[in-house]
Amino acid sequence: MARVVITGIGIYSCIGIGVDEVDTSLRNGRSGIGLLPERTAMGYRSPLCALVPRPDATRWLDRKQRAHTSEQGLYAYISALEALGMAGVDNAMKERDEVGIIFGNDSSIGATVTAIDTMRAKHNTTLLGSGSVFRTLNSTVTLNLGPMLGLRGISLSVGGACTSGSHAIGLGYALIRSGMHNCILCGGAQEVNDFSVIGFDGLGVFSMRTDDPQSACRPFDADRDGLVPGGGAASLVLESLDSARARGARILAEVVGYGCSSAGSMAAPSTDGPQRAIAHALADAHLPADAIDYINAHATSTPAGDTAEAQVIARMFGHRPWVSSTKSMTGHEMWMAGASEAVYSVLMMQGGYVAPNINFGRPDEASAQIRIASQTVETQVDTVLSNSFGFGGTNSALIIKKFTK
Amino acid sequence: MTHTEVTEKLSDVLATEFEVDRSAITPDAPLMQTLDLDSLDLVDVVVIVEQNFGITIRQEDFVGRNTFADFSDLIYSKINESK
Repeated sequence: MARVVITGIGIYSCIGIGVDEVDTSLRNGRSGIGLLPERTAMGYRSPLCALVPRPDATRWLDRKQRAHTSEQGLYAYISALEALGMAGVDNAMKERDEVGIIFGNDSSIGATVTAIDTMRAKHNTTLLGSGSVFRTLNSTVTLNLGPMLGLRGISLSVGGACTSGSHAIGLGYALIRSGMHNCILCGGAQEVNDFSVIGFDGLGVFSMRTDDPQSACRPFDADRDGLVPGGGAASLVLESLDSARARGARILAEVVGYGCSSAGSMAAPSTDGPQRAIAHALADAHLPADAIDYINAHATSTPAGDTAEAQVIARMFGHRPWVSSTKSMTGHEMWMAGASEAVYSVLMMQGGYVAPNINFGRPDEASAQIRIASQTVETQVDTVLSNSFGFGGTNSALIIKKFTK
Repeated sequence: MTHTEVTEKLSDVLATEFEVDRSAITPDAPLMQTLDLDSLDLVDVVVIVEQNFGITIRQEDFVGRNTFADFSDLIYSKINESK
């Protein structure tokens, strides 16, 4: 079995464009959340949203690429360029090693709405334009980035609700570990246009704390009232240790464990499913629970979900490892979250700190049982567990470790 | 709209949309090569014509229209047909 290391990371998020800015935001507990009043006018219950800057597509893409690339595809492309550049994956390596791409993405609603509006107005399929298919398919990220980046290995999109980005990393890890691939660009992307989360808003899962947007997302806090939607994209270059060593690449961290499960429920949080996924990841990593220094929690700031996760963490890890949900700053980055939170975890590992779970002021019965970092903690972080859970009961757990020879 | 006006507007729009130098669009220049069009791009030409001239052409209409002059003739005739 090959060891699997991370040699590049890239991020496009509401708390920064690029790893340097994001690292500073994480360390300083900076929130990227605000209000989009137009959503109230559209009929949303909550105008709270992570404020993700829209890039100037003409700066990044030529005309043909712009015609085919979805909103989240551009975020993914920008993050991928950063990750591949950091890893030093050049054209010769892409040609030689058949570098692949696996990205989590579970919707392309904005592009689909545009296509349907055009169809209803024009009654002519040709007038949808050449890019409609490539923007609306769920594989919009991988089908565009593969050709744009000259990748020649596996090209696969993962739809696993809010675990999509985490599973993308887990599957990339499994393929490299098995020897089927040497290098895979893994990640997650999430659209943030005004149609992207209308169904979620309708379910009443968003926070209504509009009086102070940056305190709205408060995972594990007793006064939490719902999540805040976010998005962007995150990329990680996963590579076999042999490959990284052979080309002298800088190794940022090692992926040592991946566990997955489903719990057989639609939306109700369970403790059984997450616990099994985490147990599988620990077994895969051959690590005891007390080897985990820090848990990047899935906690989205919903009353029931955070309680279930806190119960699982308390049961499996006690009050020992630091726990924080970076969603307190970023909102719930959904299809992207598993990948972005892996990037955040690598940054903390490199910087020697645990990013804060901001807005955690008052624990409830469950969250009092775990060691939540309400402020930035300067500490050595060697081994991280990153949790992701999603609708339909899907669960994914990743264990990432500081690289040692 | 006169034929000359159609040709001028069409040339301006295509140069902008397909990001080519306006001076490259001459009556005898080949449409596909000058604009670097593939079969997918022809769909976008249909969209651009509809948005700028209010007429709908079909992908089949491109058959035999090799130069900008040929294409301008097509658009001009379609505009007049639609009146």
